[in-house]
Amino acid sequence: MGATKKVAASVKKKEKDRGAQMFELRLYVAGQTPKSLAALANLKKICHQHLEGRYRLHVIDLVKTPQLAHGDQILAIPTLVRNLPVPIRKIIGDLSDVERVLVGLNLVENGSSK
Amino acid sequence: MATSKRRGSGGSRVLPQLEKARTGIAGFDEITRGGVPKGRPTIICGGPGCGKTMFAVEFLVRGATQFGEPGVLMTFEETAAEMTKNVASLGFDLNDLSARKKLMIDYVRIEPAEIEETGTYDLEGLFIRLQYAVDSIGAKRVVLDTLEAVFSGFSNQGLLRAEIRRLFRWLKERGLTTIVTAERGEGTLTRFGLEEYVSDCVIFLDHRVNEQVSTRRMRVIKYRGSSHGADEYPFLIDEQGFSVLPSTSLGLNHPVSSQRVSSGVKELDDMLEGKGYYRGSSILVSGTAGSGKSSLGAHLAEQACKEGKRCLHIAFEESPQQTVRNMRSVGINLEPYVKKGLLRLEAWRPTQSGLEMHLLRIHKLVERYDPAIVIIDPVTNLMVGNRHEIHAMLMRLLDFLKTRQITAFFTSLTLGGQALERTEVQISSLIDTWLLVRDVELNGERNRCIYILKSRGMAHSNQVREFVMTRNGIRLLPVYVGAGTVLTGSARFSQEAREKAEESVRLHEANEKSKALEAKRKALEARIAALRAEFAEEEDSVAQTTKREEERELAVARDIAKMASLRGSKLPRNDQGA
Repeated sequence: MGATKKVAASVKKKEKDRGAQMFELRLYVAGQTPKSLAALANLKKICHQHLEGRYRLHVIDLVKTPQLAHGDQILAIPTLVRNLPVPIRKIIGDLSDVERVLVGLNLVENGSSK
Repeated sequence: MATSKRRGSGGSRVLPQLEKARTGIAGFDEITRGGVPKGRPTIICGGPGCGKTMFAVEFLVRGATQFGEPGVLMTFEETAAEMTKNVASLGFDLNDLSARKKLMIDYVRIEPAEIEETGTYDLEGLFIRLQYAVDSIGAKRVVLDTLEAVFSGFSNQGLLRAEIRRLFRWLKERGLTTIVTAERGEGTLTRFGLEEYVSDCVIFLDHRVNEQVSTRRMRVIKYRGSSHGADEYPFLIDEQGFSVLPSTSLGLNHPVSSQRVSSGVKELDDMLEGKGYYRGSSILVSGTAGSGKSSLGAHLAEQACKEGKRCLHIAFEESPQQTVRNMRSVGINLEPYVKKGLLRLEAWRPTQSGLEMHLLRIHKLVERYDPAIVIIDPVTNLMVGNRHEIHAMLMRLLDFLKTRQITAFFTSLTLGGQALERTEVQISSLIDTWLLVRDVELNGERNRCIYILKSRGMAHSNQVREFVMTRNGIRLLPVYVGAGTVLTGSARFSQEAREKAEESVRLHEANEKSKALEAKRKALEARIAALRAEFAEEEDSVAQTTKREEERELAVARDIAKMASLRGSKLPRNDQGA
């Protein structure tokens, strides 16, 4: 699909715009479920590719700290929350759809995924 | 609550019944014979603004305060602060309950705009939050208000349904008595068909407007493994919370009393075997406007209060102050009893709500106040809507009052020109004692007559009495019955005066006659006396004559003898010898 090329171009442009902006990410999981593990692996890959050196990632296991679910209004597991830059964005699922993750993190224009 | 308790445990008889959790909501536990299924989910569905959330919150609050069961409120639409504020009007202090660890509110915000879905996920976060909330206060009850909101936040319907199914199973496994509220859908009970997951108990709330008057109703659509009332029950949400009007009809097995309650009017008591009404009976007074019905009610109230009984007076036309003032004008002073708390005057506009709401309100007042007598003035104001409904509703009310042995006194307004006995068809057959106050128009004035149309269980008077309101209260006077007519008021008065005059004339005449006779008798007696005197005189003279004659004869004899002695020689011896 031609979309991949477009996305790549768009990502480059974005990265230039944003410069050294820090990304604060939290990944909420519940134990070591396949979905959680997949999400973590996918996220690490994406961060490595697109946010190298300018992200902080916290992995929060709600089985251990259930009280933290309320703060970020977590319902679905796994959920990736982008606290910074504002506005807050949430991406749910195992993050297997890279394109959508990038849209969700606002690393590409919303419209470009269409 | 005592009744529901009895039903909850004692009603099970031999058959093992589904264990139930009492909601503490007035009336609801009676309809469902003990509450919602314990440890299982129940769906409350209905349109917007029908009271689903109120019901759910009250279920939690009562559970926490009355039954020692802490609860978790998971709200999807309102924040904890909003929820707290909303239910504060019902007298529930959620902050206090939260502080005491009896309640935990978790607001679940779902913002579809900030959520991006990538790949598979589940709602484990919801489970974790729920588990955390339940564990932190040891909750036994859970409310999910409104769970369906999750459908707006996530696009994978198949997954959501699987998760909801899992959620209900999860709740059941943990034995959490749960209430799930759900919006009503087009042609279905809930918009997202939640009822297919919750098969134990489904309750439907409805808020409808009929003739500009809104009524809330509740129906238990399904209650697996339990009998329940199947009707639509009206309910009310007010400052005491939720209350449902139960009891379609309790059947006719209420206790009866042979105790009597004085009507407060001596003459009326006289007409009712000299003792008054039966305690726990229903009394209807009907009559046209201004015929003194309310005063009869006030008399009853005053009498009851004098005896130290509590009385509830509900007026639909006058404010309490007005009632007090107006009754004072006929010599009934209710104020001290109001102050003492024996008499409770309540007044509201009949147009304020539908019939059922009125009755529910009366129910609540009676429950709270526990009076011996309830006066409703006038009951006709409740009669809006269809006849059938009115009949059923009044029957409910009467049944309710009768089971509590409360004497019910209703007044009923009949319009001029209507046949008095026909207008109250809806209610008359339910009434034990029916008094009729009737106008009699005669000689340019209106007078009131009262009679007892019926009074079950007593040999009541069949007389028509004149009904007079004086400064000292109501008096019943015997009417003038004579010369083929019944007269009242001034007609009676003038008739009586006329009779009195005639009587006095007759009396006078008789007097005169007897005087004349007396005179005649005296005259005759005088004559008799005169004749007697004459006779005595004659007799006297005769006696004197006789005496004189005798004397004369004696004298003659002496003379003869003397003469003979004078001639003497011939008879010397005689003379000597003499």
